[in-house]
Amino acid sequence: MLSDQDRIFTNLYGILDPGLAGARARGDWDGTASILARGREAIIEEMKASGLRGRGGAGFPTGMKWSFMPKTVGDRPHYLVVNADESEPGTCKDRDILRHDPHKLVEGCLIASFAMGANACYVYMRGEFANEAVAFQKAIDEAYDAGLIGRNACGSGFDFDLYLHRGAGAYICGEETALLESLEGKKGMPRLKPPFPAAVGLYGCPTTVNNVESIAVAPTILRRGAAWFSALGRPKNAGTKLFCISGHVNKPCNVEEELGIPLRELLEKYAGGVRGGWDNLLAVIPGGASVPVLPKSICDTVLMDFDSLREVRSGLGTAAVIVMDKSTDIIKAIARLSAFYKHESCGQCTPCREGTGWMMRVMNRMVQGRAEPDEIDTLEQVTRQVEGHTICALGDAAAWPIQGLIRHFRPVMEERIAAYKAGRTMPMAAE
Amino acid sequence: MKVTVDGIEVDVPPGSNVLQACEAAGKEVPRFCYHERLSVAGNCRMCLVEIEKAPPKPFASCAYPAAEGMVVHTDTPMVKKARRGVMEFLLINHPLDCPICDQGGECDLQDQSMGYGGDSSRYEENKRAVKDKYLGPLVKTVMTRCIHCTRCIRFSTEIAGVSEMGATARGESMEVGTYVEKALTSELSGNLIDICPVGALTSKPYAFTARPWELTKTDSVDVLDAVGAAIRVDARGPEVLRVLPRLNEDVNEEWLADKSRFAIDGLRRRRLDSCWVRVDGKLRKASWNEAFAAIAAKIRATTGERIGAVAGELADGESMLALKDLMAGLGSANLDCRQHGEAVAVGRRDFYTFNTSIAGIEEADAILLVGTNPRHEAPLINARIRKRTLAGPVAVAGIGTKCDLTYPVQWLGEGPAALSALGTFGEALAKAKRPMIIVGQGALRRPDGAAVLAACWKLASETGMLTPDWHGFNVLHTAASRVGALDLGFLPEPGGKDLAGMMGGGVDVLWLLGADEFDMGRIGAGTFVVYQGHHGDAGAARADVILPGAAYTEKTGTYVNTEGRVQRTRLATFPPGEAREDWKILRAFSAGFTPLPYDTIEALRARLEQVNPVFARLDLLPRFGCSDHSGPGGEGGLGDAPFAPVIANYYQTDPISRASPTMAECTTTYIAPLAQAAE
Repeated sequence: MLSDQDRIFTNLYGILDPGLAGARARGDWDGTASILARGREAIIEEMKASGLRGRGGAGFPTGMKWSFMPKTVGDRPHYLVVNADESEPGTCKDRDILRHDPHKLVEGCLIASFAMGANACYVYMRGEFANEAVAFQKAIDEAYDAGLIGRNACGSGFDFDLYLHRGAGAYICGEETALLESLEGKKGMPRLKPPFPAAVGLYGCPTTVNNVESIAVAPTILRRGAAWFSALGRPKNAGTKLFCISGHVNKPCNVEEELGIPLRELLEKYAGGVRGGWDNLLAVIPGGASVPVLPKSICDTVLMDFDSLREVRSGLGTAAVIVMDKSTDIIKAIARLSAFYKHESCGQCTPCREGTGWMMRVMNRMVQGRAEPDEIDTLEQVTRQVEGHTICALGDAAAWPIQGLIRHFRPVMEERIAAYKAGRTMPMAAE
Repeated sequence: MKVTVDGIEVDVPPGSNVLQACEAAGKEVPRFCYHERLSVAGNCRMCLVEIEKAPPKPFASCAYPAAEGMVVHTDTPMVKKARRGVMEFLLINHPLDCPICDQGGECDLQDQSMGYGGDSSRYEENKRAVKDKYLGPLVKTVMTRCIHCTRCIRFSTEIAGVSEMGATARGESMEVGTYVEKALTSELSGNLIDICPVGALTSKPYAFTARPWELTKTDSVDVLDAVGAAIRVDARGPEVLRVLPRLNEDVNEEWLADKSRFAIDGLRRRRLDSCWVRVDGKLRKASWNEAFAAIAAKIRATTGERIGAVAGELADGESMLALKDLMAGLGSANLDCRQHGEAVAVGRRDFYTFNTSIAGIEEADAILLVGTNPRHEAPLINARIRKRTLAGPVAVAGIGTKCDLTYPVQWLGEGPAALSALGTFGEALAKAKRPMIIVGQGALRRPDGAAVLAACWKLASETGMLTPDWHGFNVLHTAASRVGALDLGFLPEPGGKDLAGMMGGGVDVLWLLGADEFDMGRIGAGTFVVYQGHHGDAGAARADVILPGAAYTEKTGTYVNTEGRVQRTRLATFPPGEAREDWKILRAFSAGFTPLPYDTIEALRARLEQVNPVFARLDLLPRFGCSDHSGPGGEGGLGDAPFAPVIANYYQTDPISRASPTMAECTTTYIAPLAQAAE
């Protein structure tokens, strides 16, 4: 249980003033110049020591990612790009940071850019975030006016410019290299890796792409120390994390908690428990649409962190907890995700372009049961043919929910097929 | 770098990718999107291989850089399974219309599905259907067959330099097209047909014509411009059905210009297939004997200095030499190969050839174009210049009529005055290590052409274009016959008349060897005209006797391209009807006078080598530097008229393309709207 004084996002619910005065009152922009004065190496070392893992889904250590940037700025400038294209179904954490605590992100951008020798930072915000863009631009303007960013930011002698760029609403643009393409004005299609963005990124220059939350927590970690942060959570899964709880709970919410909190505790303490009680739980998608679903038997005991969820063949992803009670048609729920991935596939590489459509069509038949039992195996093989064969991870993301469904709910699918063959119609969940 | 592929250790240059390493080891890797001359897209995912000490998943070998000590496997179960998976995905939305697809028999997807495809489909849903796109009169589309490899997009953007193709929408709905439906404005659009790995982009004129296995394939050389691109002539029976490029890194790489590819339907139309003799003002069909007798009678009544000969733009070296020898036997010194009065200097071979060589363009670091539009005069040379501009910083400047050459050009002026006012380009020239100048026919087809040529040479000499190991002076010709004619000296002999001198009654007998490009009205009314050629074009209409000759696909002829590269066409089909190879016609006719001293093509070629030893260097082009800076003499001063373009209509420049319905359609599509807009 996270104590209130260990919370990083103290205005997550927008009760207090999101402006500069309010942010200062909550401790933001306190001694930023002295943090910068520690120097690039010291900041990166502190971030490494904190054990912060990227909050965008993959969980790559943030400090290590920063250290991949060239140590000195050569003839090409460095860039920091902040991924605010929050489009993963179920996820709404960055949104609350952007509208209620934007100065945490602005300060984080300054510090992270300084640590990587980047004099310019772009925040790529999803197009649908209209009010969030206004709120965040206001924070940028306030910071410029107060001399916190711009020329000689915070009096540190470091020049720093921060730009907000709004996307046009494509899920794939949340993939870091597609985001860079889109930012350059091209079609949002993921790039081949290698080269990685740290070598050849935005406009061909060394670039680091970080999630909003990863950057927004950095100033607090540097102020309170790596030891404080790494003491929270579990080994290798340090710190606090914003969880977005949605679905069949009594009080859906965003909440900051330590990594490693038991799923059941998270739901019952903050979200008012599962609708109809814990025993009415059917399944949980623990980390946004792209991770495999977990049945209740696993949800009973699983801890919410990167490694624990990986052990049960799911993932923490963005920590968007989607709760489904027993009224849910689980096949239809996953079929809806397949439709989403079919719609959002960029179409560049074959397995994803063709596979997502195939999977969606089979899933749509599975919802009715209009299939042969062995098609479940075919479907499973198709997901394996997509997974790991694509340029970016969207193919994996499209495959995993179906794999989770088949792994845990195969009897439901077989029953649906048998019922269809027998001419019985299944009771459908309320639309 | 040492890389091990399936246990075979190969040495690959740094910067290679894994696919290239696999090829070096002799392992075939299936691919659709990868093309060695285009950027790497890595999107078809067919070229997957397994790499040791890397994450246990298949990697796209085209997009993965090879590294020292890398161990690659191309035949593990994981690789095969992965490729089968990708093939299955490619096929689920690909129509099963191979029986009616023009790509059938030469389709990458068809071939590779034999290796990696399943025996039956597991895909039970409906297949995708895509609306076909209009890309102009040359490229036919069946977009349902498209596998989204994006080769066509990358070709048009990178090689052709027209960013007109792209992909709209995303995912399964992605469609390749031009968005705004209009004909591709590229002279290289036919290459899209070759690079498309499936039947999505096929040849519109060739649609439903033949299957590849029905065709007789003959390696030959293109003569519709002076580049001399390597081609393969595909014929069925007496008909040439299509022309495809052949690989020749030094000339055309693996591309071909649209005219060279599509004008071949002109080989079946307006052909001269028998002799004609003008009787009472009307042409009548005649036998060879009658035609020869009519000419002989006229020539016997004429003295040598009243006889002249003009060689056309498609004439081969053998027939030009035979005609020259015939004229010498008749006592005539009146020869010319220039139908537009262009200035030439033949004192040295490097005064009239493209000395840098086409491949050498890639080494140049400053390029000055004088009176030329290479996009129309030699699209493949233009593509080389564009390739050079993409490879790294290079200064390109032009003097002449402004035009879009698909790369940035600094236009210095329109006329000869700009040759002495280079401005900032002069500074770039001074810094350049390997500068080159390309002098087009637009700079030479004018009264002050000789002075312009001399001024260009002087500029080259003064700006460091001529060094012992670099020759940066280039003349770009438009006629395939021209350099060969100059090598043979098909020019007025001492005391002889040039073309202008032969006009207006300057000669009494005029022998036209495929010469159709000058205004026939200039020929004196009393001049007896012999037209020897293969098409009923301007020359044949004016002729008093027509002798039917062979087109370039119907003979083995020696041509010298603008670089001075000696190449040979080969006989793919026989000349139609009574038509014969041109040198044989001349040899037969000479029997009534001084017989030409050769009875076989070998003897004639020996004579060619005797006249000019360069004809012995078949297919070879040694590159020379330039140590002797003394230039071609050019009398007179420079004029101030702007350099005019020499090609008004790229699609119709010679008797073959003027007879071609496809080229006529291209003219309607591309040239007519421009002409209308200009009015």
